Amino acid sequence: MDENEPTTIEITRRTVIETGTTALLLTGLPRGALAAGSSDDNEPPPPPATATLQINGRSHVLTLDPRTTLLDALREHLALTGSKKGCDHGQCGACTVLIEGRRINSCLTLAVMHDGQSITTIEGLAEGDNLHPLQAAFVEHDGFQCGYCTSGQICSAAGMLAESRSGMPSYVTEDLTRPQPELTDAEIRERMSGNICRCAAYPNIVAAIKQAAWMPT
Amino acid sequence: MKAFTYQRADTPARAAAAAVKPGAKIIAGGTNLLDLMKLQVETPSQLIDINRLPLDKIEETPEGGLRVGALVRNSDLAADPRVRQHYGVLSRALLAGASAQLRNKATTSGNLLQRTRCYYFYDVTKPCNKRNPGSGCAALAGFNRIHAILGTSDHCIATHPSDMAVAMRALDAKVETVNGEGEARVIPIAEFHRLPGKTPEIETSLKSGEIITAVTLPPPPPGVQVYRKVRDRASYAFALVSVAAIVDSARGRIRSARLAFGGLAHKPWRAPQAEEKLADAAANTTSFNAAASAVLDGARGFGGNDFKIPLTRRTLHSVLAETTRT
Repeated sequence: MDENEPTTIEITRRTVIETGTTALLLTGLPRGALAAGSSDDNEPPPPPATATLQINGRSHVLTLDPRTTLLDALREHLALTGSKKGCDHGQCGACTVLIEGRRINSCLTLAVMHDGQSITTIEGLAEGDNLHPLQAAFVEHDGFQCGYCTSGQICSAAGMLAESRSGMPSYVTEDLTRPQPELTDAEIRERMSGNICRCAAYPNIVAAIKQAAWMPT
Repeated sequence: MKAFTYQRADTPARAAAAAVKPGAKIIAGGTNLLDLMKLQVETPSQLIDINRLPLDKIEETPEGGLRVGALVRNSDLAADPRVRQHYGVLSRALLAGASAQLRNKATTSGNLLQRTRCYYFYDVTKPCNKRNPGSGCAALAGFNRIHAILGTSDHCIATHPSDMAVAMRALDAKVETVNGEGEARVIPIAEFHRLPGKTPEIETSLKSGEIITAVTLPPPPPGVQVYRKVRDRASYAFALVSVAAIVDSARGRIRSARLAFGGLAHKPWRAPQAEEKLADAAANTTSFNAAASAVLDGARGFGGNDFKIPLTRRTLHSVLAETTRT
């Protein structure tokens, strides 16, 4: 192979949608340094903690620096890089995962706090080769451009549809006493406001979610 | 993030006892604490995780109110049918705050204890009397668009960022606590948060090692409940000004009004003088103006936030018009 020939990695739109794998190449950073976040002093690491996480139906026993966020545990310890690190401060939603079916920002919680709990990431949504209805709808409606926010958008939308089905109101729900608020475009936009899309694919994201809302999961 | 040791508490009293230790900090939802720890604004040496304590129930009280456990998540409190039916102002305020992901994690007690979003509090390279007592306040002559106009001091002009607490202030909620000896205490929400004065680093009346176990809501007061939030974005932004209003009126005459404000002060701001102006008054521009003037008595802008004075007046007008329409 010619040394000058650029290495190409083929990433199809389907790969992006299934696994969120735009950052396919794992960095070679030392795990501890990355997992603990920025720390510029040379203090000794704290005693490690152990947590058993049920991720996408599989049990993982992890021994971690207690500072490790759930996001870093997924990405750096388990190579589940579908969940993305955008802002790392709970502002962008790219790290959204489902814990016991509820959507949260995995960057703002510690892995050890979730010992014994069940976590679903973007990698766990499809059933074999069958895309989750939200994944299929995002492909069909072109609900993304660069794809970086997409895994967070889809996990968030999965959590949002479950909330909506359980009757959860939102800030734009006119009548709070109505047990089942209708999922209008305005409702979808408000309920998805914790997921930012830098490419501004919002109209197509709303269309994709609207389509998936009518499909059984 | 600075290194810390992690432990899980098995009872509220033991959590409180452990929290007395210097450097120890309670973690519940963690959405604010971990954010601040990443920036080394907060540097606890020990985290006490209370998430597995049985403080996540919403129960009816014998008086006809609700007792909300400290660990009830913001989304669950907002969605509770009893809260939606009888405490709409609280449900709306909760739904106006943060994002759905954060509300799924954030707790009732953590929401009350969240820290200010002042830019200078967050920036460890800048002076801040709240983060580093005695270092000065960079916001006084800095960018202060989001800062307080009421109850400020020369030491701090930060605001309390909560929406939930503003609604609770209008509802006269009470905060229940326990200490390491297992002694319980009840703190009216009016006395829970403090004004900055000379010690802006002391934000609440909680004592060292005292933890919140619940918030109780008295029976729902009569009247229309509204939470109006004015902010820079339509969603997922902190309030520039917010108003929690509970107004009991009929045929153009106000019987009673309760008004609490967010985005204006170091604590959820209640305006009893304004409420007096509205009690047994005609619902019209004259009484609304009198109420707004009473709210803004002593208000002071710091340059970037001068706009909050007319914005508060207009927002209050709009809210009073809406709540007295029938």
